[in-house]
Amino acid sequence: MLGMYLFLASEVLLFGGLFAGALTYRILYPEAVVAASARLHVWIGAANTALLLTSSLLVALAVQAADRGLRRPAAALLSGAAGLGFGFLVLKAVEYTKEIHQGLLPGFGGRFDFSSPVEQLFMNLYLVGTGLHAAHMTVGIAILAGLAWRIGRRSLPLPERAVTVAVCGLYWHLVDIVWVFLYPVLYLAR
Amino acid sequence: MSMKADAARLIAVWAALMGLLALTVAGSFFSLGAGNAVLGIGIAVAKAALILWFFMHLRRETPLVRIAAVGTVVWISTMLILISADLLTR
Repeated sequence: MLGMYLFLASEVLLFGGLFAGALTYRILYPEAVVAASARLHVWIGAANTALLLTSSLLVALAVQAADRGLRRPAAALLSGAAGLGFGFLVLKAVEYTKEIHQGLLPGFGGRFDFSSPVEQLFMNLYLVGTGLHAAHMTVGIAILAGLAWRIGRRSLPLPERAVTVAVCGLYWHLVDIVWVFLYPVLYLAR
Repeated sequence: MSMKADAARLIAVWAALMGLLALTVAGSFFSLGAGNAVLGIGIAVAKAALILWFFMHLRRETPLVRIAAVGTVVWISTMLILISADLLTR
């Protein structure tokens, strides 16, 4: 458990660099950051936040079920959480596609609809931040789905190995927390 | 504690998280100047605290594990506060 928390601390510092960048842009060039942020899809971001918070609830319930040796509920809850995580990625892909068509996303060719360099920098940060988060989501979904599968075929006996479920759950919750901060910093700068 | 009571607690925490999400989105539609940033980050901190304490079961962990979690928060805050102190006093 302690080892997992130390790993998560290193993850926090990885994302911390990106948040330090966002903070710097925001303090030095508030108007440009607010202008760029206001063009992002607030409601898609809100829907994705709701999906992640709900998936975290399912993981927390799964950990509780695993502690009590309830095999089927634990596997079902983990599958549900992985499904919601997949839904998050689908919605994120829809959002990226919209942004590419609107000329908001850098690096995908075509026109780029921002004139000031700071707005461009902000959108670079948006792409790297949300992209890195999506990569973590992908790993997390694979872990949750793998857990559900192993619990289902009894190769992960419960409650003996409940700590494995708890540790994987910690990773998922941390990825959720990262998004909890990315959302206001990127989408809600006003 | 019974399974039902534990599950009910987690669901209540989820409801609080969704309420905070509604609050942060609603807050972004009002022009509060610096208040917007304070509100956005303040709500994010509250959400993270709920997730850490209940979903990540820090409430049931040993002091050593809690120190690891608190230490992480302290270091990342130190970095962000020192960066702000530099930028704001130039």
